[in-house]
Amino acid sequence: MDTLTRVRYVGKPLFFALCLLPALKAVGDTFGLTGSLGANPVEALLDHFGNWGLRFVMIALAVTPLRVVTGRAWLTRFRRMLGLFAFFYVAVHFLVWLVLDQSLRWSAITEDLVERPFITLGFTALLLLTAMAATSTNGMRRRLGRRWQQLHYSVYAVGILGVWHYWWQVKQDIREPLVYALILALLLGFRAWQRLRPARRRAPARNPQAAGSV
Amino acid sequence: MLIRRPPDVKPSEITSPDNYFNRRRFLAAGIAAGSAFLPGAAAAAELPAARGAKLAGVQPSPLSTEETPNSYEDVTTYNNFYEFGTGKSDPHENAQDFEPRPWTLEVAGHAERTGTFQLEDFVKPYTLEERIYRMRCVEAWSMVIPWVGIPLADVIRQLGPTSRAKFVRFETLYDRSRMPGQRSRVLDWPYREGLTIAEAMHPLTIFAVGIFGEVLPNQNGAPIRLVVPWKYGFKGIKSIVKMEFVEDMPRTSWAMAAPNEYGFYANVNPDVDHPRWSQAFERRIGAGLFAPKQETLMFNGYADQVAHLYDGLNLRRNF
Repeated sequence: MDTLTRVRYVGKPLFFALCLLPALKAVGDTFGLTGSLGANPVEALLDHFGNWGLRFVMIALAVTPLRVVTGRAWLTRFRRMLGLFAFFYVAVHFLVWLVLDQSLRWSAITEDLVERPFITLGFTALLLLTAMAATSTNGMRRRLGRRWQQLHYSVYAVGILGVWHYWWQVKQDIREPLVYALILALLLGFRAWQRLRPARRRAPARNPQAAGSV
Repeated sequence: MLIRRPPDVKPSEITSPDNYFNRRRFLAAGIAAGSAFLPGAAAAAELPAARGAKLAGVQPSPLSTEETPNSYEDVTTYNNFYEFGTGKSDPHENAQDFEPRPWTLEVAGHAERTGTFQLEDFVKPYTLEERIYRMRCVEAWSMVIPWVGIPLADVIRQLGPTSRAKFVRFETLYDRSRMPGQRSRVLDWPYREGLTIAEAMHPLTIFAVGIFGEVLPNQNGAPIRLVVPWKYGFKGIKSIVKMEFVEDMPRTSWAMAAPNEYGFYANVNPDVDHPRWSQAFERRIGAGLFAPKQETLMFNGYADQVAHLYDGLNLRRNF
């Protein structure tokens, strides 16, 4: 079996099951099988799915840097699945908020979406993720051509909006959102560095010896 | 040059005509007040030190709500007590080794009776009462908690604040070795809270020393904490080591941390939103996964008793 076949028939199914574990844990906790949701189950579910949504955005954003650093091109094969899992966890996070937290009380929901900036941020991120998930098939990719790549660059915005959404939501202890912000800065910083690097190479070297040592 | 200071007579030391003409009764009252803090005085409240010990002689109170209290587990595992961590389950997990005895309470400021008291002596003169109160957190969740405590008004009457005492400020223990959450600078330690004298003297305001008829668990603010049921939960300062009668409005921890989000009064008010979330509804802990949120009531449902305290005060500005 070559690498691509192994990725397709072994790696991806295993990874799919792994990505599903946090959702299964939530279901198990809800029914008291794997643990408990605690005194405030709605908040526990909301936090659980929100956290995993943000984590999957980060993991998806880590694929390209990891591929560049390790030189393993097959890593890219997991990127779409990771993006779709990010969408899945964020969408469930939103549905828990809509149905369990707000009990589909539409006046309160629209008020929150418009008047609570942290909710507006999170909702914007969800809309972008939805657009990316809807255009994630090979057919859509072919049909959209150049615009597909432009649309899918918005994953960077999703990362920023997600961390911002979390940061504005916490009461006082910003340590956890700070960790996410640092990881995101690293992931986006890597891309900025990648873009600037060839530009620097192309620039005429004032000191040929120093340029040669890069 | 010799400058004579005016005689420093506290207004409270001037004998009122009423007392002057009822000298016998006045003397008896004075003796009772004076002996209140002495060991062996007419004792009522016994405060055992053992964890989970039953409290004896607890009287029911007409001020209790009829609502069903939350489970012991809800009340003792879902807490905000940043001295033991910022997560809801952190206090339950991290406060188990905390030793709330021996404990002293310092009384300072504009009062006749100041000094440092042993906790047991401090609560002894009073009768323990059960007060089942609604508790509304600023984070839009609520519980019903069966507190055991003593009316703060009774304590304050014994301490005899002077007319200069306009506010009471409270402080939590500051000891990083015993309260691990204080190693993080999430708040400016020690935790500080305060009330106006009128709020502190209100019959609903208590010093709690227990829940569910038992000694107060560590994660709920052992050994003594404030409970002010018409205000957001963060006003209920825990593990109190100091109370001080002051003239000016004291600075309080959450108002110091985020002055645009938390004020000194912090009265429960469905019409004044937190800048980042609505205060119109609250989630009742223990109601279950599919229970909708319920409407938050003005002054947490205690408006009939406390609204008069704020006559003429703009509650939107003084949030």
